[in-house]
Amino acid sequence: MNPVSLLVFDALLLLSIVGLAWASLATTDIRRGVILFMAFGLVLAVAWGRLLAPDVALAEAAIGAGLSGALLLAAAHTQPRPLPPESTNTPRNHGAVGVVLRWAVTLLCTALAGTLAWALLHVFSSTPHDMLPGAISANLAASGVSNPVTAVLLNFRAYDTLLELAVLLTAVLGIFTLGQANPGYQPAGPVFDGLVRWLVPVLILTAGYLLWVGAHAPGGAFQAGAMLAAAGVVLRLAGRTRIGLPEGFMLRLVMAAGVGLFLLVGLTLLILGRPFLGYPQAWAGTLILMIETAAMLSIAATLVLAFLGGRPEATGVKAAANRQCEEIPRC
Amino acid sequence: MINILSAILILAGVFFYLAGSIGLLRLPDLYSRLHALTKADNLGLGLLIAGLALHSQDLLIMLKLLLIWLAVLAASATSAHLIARQARRQEKVS
Amino acid sequence: MTELFLLSALGLMLSLFLGLLRVLLGPGIGDRMLATQLIGTAGVGMLLLLSVLLKQPALLDVALLLALLAGVAAAAFTGQQQTHHD
Repeated sequence: MNPVSLLVFDALLLLSIVGLAWASLATTDIRRGVILFMAFGLVLAVAWGRLLAPDVALAEAAIGAGLSGALLLAAAHTQPRPLPPESTNTPRNHGAVGVVLRWAVTLLCTALAGTLAWALLHVFSSTPHDMLPGAISANLAASGVSNPVTAVLLNFRAYDTLLELAVLLTAVLGIFTLGQANPGYQPAGPVFDGLVRWLVPVLILTAGYLLWVGAHAPGGAFQAGAMLAAAGVVLRLAGRTRIGLPEGFMLRLVMAAGVGLFLLVGLTLLILGRPFLGYPQAWAGTLILMIETAAMLSIAATLVLAFLGGRPEATGVKAAANRQCEEIPRC
Repeated sequence: MINILSAILILAGVFFYLAGSIGLLRLPDLYSRLHALTKADNLGLGLLIAGLALHSQDLLIMLKLLLIWLAVLAASATSAHLIARQARRQEKVS
Repeated sequence: MTELFLLSALGLMLSLFLGLLRVLLGPGIGDRMLATQLIGTAGVGMLLLLSVLLKQPALLDVALLLALLAGVAAAAFTGQQQTHHD
């Protein structure tokens, strides 16, 4: 393989990533910024593939390229309309306070960039060593899966993943405090409806495939959860009221399932005398699959709720009857 | 023999990609640019995938490539329709 | 053969750059959206070529994900929200 051609490819990839990042931050229109950010996510997914990190590329493709556009737009819809061009030229921070604030932010950003640059320089100047990959491959057979990324996420560093899922749960609780969800969308025309009819089943199947294949090839719970969430978001965009999100108690169960099952497994193992989340070797594969399934459902529910932007309105029969009662005076 | 055929298909695919993106830049109007885009999507990716499928000679990979092509076809056709409809709506308002 | 794949990847990268120009220039939001569509399809093509070049069959799955989610973006931008009935 010609190294020069590969270098040119890498250079162009790098240039487009930096250019898109700059453009998406420098623009004044929110919708334009969101589109540029989505394009940034697309090119970043290709970059992860080029860097031989297919698990990260899968996550970037599912979340960065697909869902983040929809999520950011749903948030942007609640923003006030952008100011007309004349008023954006007038600086909004007059006087000394504004100047001090701007200088403080500039210094902080420079300090952060300097720290990152120093850390990178340190990494590049030290010789690479095989300690961590060597340790992983030495213990891979005992972990219950054959994909090293899944082994690290769900076995060797399972505690970190538990805490990440707890962060997601906290985010959902925060979303619930925002009040009612955003209003739904108009029912889709025949073209988009036709796409949705076959896209949603394929998305669900792909989610199941990614969950299963994560044990021995790139994949896993996060990517599968993002695909399920995309199915829900697509249904919502098509104007459907029922988007696969459970209601009431089931919803709370699904939201807590990721953290809950993790804790249940960990505490049970603790009671049985093993270390917290120290799976016995014979059961490791099964336990990992169970935890990943619960995590997938939690992640999917979290992302769909983030798109909805608040508590989902009830769609069951009782709720419909309640709504009718509001319109008829004597009910 | 298969290598030559797959090489031709891949190069043809890249040609249509470039033609579509040049059309995207040079054509004057949103609607005509949509035409150029769908050529790149359908023909360009289709020929590229045909060439790669011939090269791989593995049934599972061929099926996966076919699924990718069908998904891009449907998604790009729907996107083009949605974008054009939105543009028409904004034209009627202004 | 690998030379050919690499050249094709460079060709697709050029196509992506041209699409980038349209995203940055395009006067309306529709132009930017369809340029993003082109970037997405060029990305799918590049991932397919990279999966053969770098011998990573998992990149086919990444391309599949990009292809499936390609339609969501345009739908999110053109969706019309219902107004509340109050």
